[in-house]
Amino acid sequence: MNILKRLLKQKLTAVALVMVCTILFLAAAAPIVAPYDPNYVDLEKKLSPPTVSHWLGTDHLGRDILSRLIFGARVSVGSVASIIVCILVLGFIVGSIAGYTGGIVDSILMRLCDVFLTFPTFILAMFLVGVLGTGLTNVVIAIVMTHWAWYARLIRGFVLSMKNRDYILAARVAGTPKIKIIIRHIVPPVFAQLIILATLDIGHMMLHVSGLSFLGLGITPPTPEWGVMINDARQFIWSTPWLIVYPGLMIFITVMSFNLLGDALRDALDPTTGEK
Amino acid sequence: MFQFIIRRFLVLIPLLFAVSVVVFLILRLGPNDPAMSYLRLSQIPPTDEALAAAREFLGLNKPLFAQYADWLVKAVRLDFGLSYVTRRPVLNEILYYLPATLNLAGLSLLLTLILSIPLGMWAALNKDRLPDHITRALSFFGVSMPNFWLGFMLVSIFSIWLGWLPPMGRGTPAHIIMPAVSLCLMSMSINIRLIRASMLENLNSRSVLYARARGLKERTVIGVHVFKNSLIPVVTAVAMHAGELLGGAVVVESIFAWPGVGRFAVSAIYNRDYPVMQCFILFMVVIFVLCNLLVDICYAWLDPRIRLAGGGDNQ
Repeated sequence: MNILKRLLKQKLTAVALVMVCTILFLAAAAPIVAPYDPNYVDLEKKLSPPTVSHWLGTDHLGRDILSRLIFGARVSVGSVASIIVCILVLGFIVGSIAGYTGGIVDSILMRLCDVFLTFPTFILAMFLVGVLGTGLTNVVIAIVMTHWAWYARLIRGFVLSMKNRDYILAARVAGTPKIKIIIRHIVPPVFAQLIILATLDIGHMMLHVSGLSFLGLGITPPTPEWGVMINDARQFIWSTPWLIVYPGLMIFITVMSFNLLGDALRDALDPTTGEK
Repeated sequence: MFQFIIRRFLVLIPLLFAVSVVVFLILRLGPNDPAMSYLRLSQIPPTDEALAAAREFLGLNKPLFAQYADWLVKAVRLDFGLSYVTRRPVLNEILYYLPATLNLAGLSLLLTLILSIPLGMWAALNKDRLPDHITRALSFFGVSMPNFWLGFMLVSIFSIWLGWLPPMGRGTPAHIIMPAVSLCLMSMSINIRLIRASMLENLNSRSVLYARARGLKERTVIGVHVFKNSLIPVVTAVAMHAGELLGGAVVVESIFAWPGVGRFAVSAIYNRDYPVMQCFILFMVVIFVLCNLLVDICYAWLDPRIRLAGGGDNQ
């Protein structure tokens, strides 16, 4: 509660928190909140400007833009949430084994991370989607593959710094099995710090997902994804320029809210580091 | 110093070797059969015989290890095979498109540094005052802005509405303005915060206190003691930006029809033109790694501690 109070002290952070909650709500309640089926095609009403029945107008297939934007929140939030969960699980497995075991296992795992960190992330993600094929699952796999190594290395660092704390040594002397020490005594304290780092990365990953989808190498039409919508709208930029504005604005606002929240969260939980 | 460079260079060889193994494995263990792509792109109906012939021709019947060895021997001689689509050597194709990309990414990197260094300094020297708030807002804006959307917004405003700049293509200096701006915004925003943080840290250091105590002019203190030391993290960040810019270039090239290697690679990925994909990613890794090497060398030159400690491991 203390943290929440500290967070809310800054007006901008409070706004960001409200925005994030709104987006999460839209994502969760999309079928209830959205006025239309996001994929319902009505060619008679195509490219209509904002009207009373379609608040933001319709796209080139007569689909309701507002409904598509709302369902887009679901796709963005859903994909990034699964990416983060996968990265944390993979990062924890590799990082804690490397850090706690040390020796040759550590060297091998860290060299493996080095190899993955040698690739420019977006390019490797593109390449992976190219090989695996497009679609939500493959995008998630591609982004997990390009980001896990960084987290694994970070977690290893945390684990190394904790390994020789007295209470861990005590647990070891008491004969607690390795795996139990890792799960019971090492993972929980590291986890809190990682959640903050992950929050700071959410925006970045959303941009990756929609960037790939924009290129046609990600989530594929007709899924209502914001990057896909921008790609759909680009051919109408001369005739109906507002079409391209909405999805981009949604990405911008969402990413901005998560960035602001992540930044504030880091400051609130660790006031000594200040802002960087 | 020379020894340091040699040592760093030798580390790259096993790393690049490992990268090539990973790329090769991803391509071969992926769910798609290169022989199928080959037939499709050659417009040969995929009968069983044709498939078998293509496998034989592409060497896909050999064991995985032998395939890799064949490929590596050729790659070392800079022979990356023929594109399935154009039937021309992949290397020539990539080298044909590469200059446009390097042109765009290089200019963006330059813009990043030219804009972010003064803005970051301005923010740090006016901490918690208006300039700090302005640059903070700017950098939040920059890191949250999807570059593929910013590109289109710039086109709407400057090409469609005002008619000042050409919306796509390459040729005159006016053509590069919008692509370079959309590409550099993200790295510039990150860099501003980085410079600000590192300036603030240095402003509070003892050497600065001592310099002030010696009665040096404030300009000398900031210029010599703070500025030079603050550049060190910026140098490190350049390597990170290089990766970001190479990836971003792919997107930006697609918006502005910039005839670079990224756009070429995207179409190769659509077509599953495997030799092109393989060569493209290796090229990007090599460029990225060389940037890192260059940065490490600059870093060692700026900070003797690293050179003498004998480390230089990329953190």
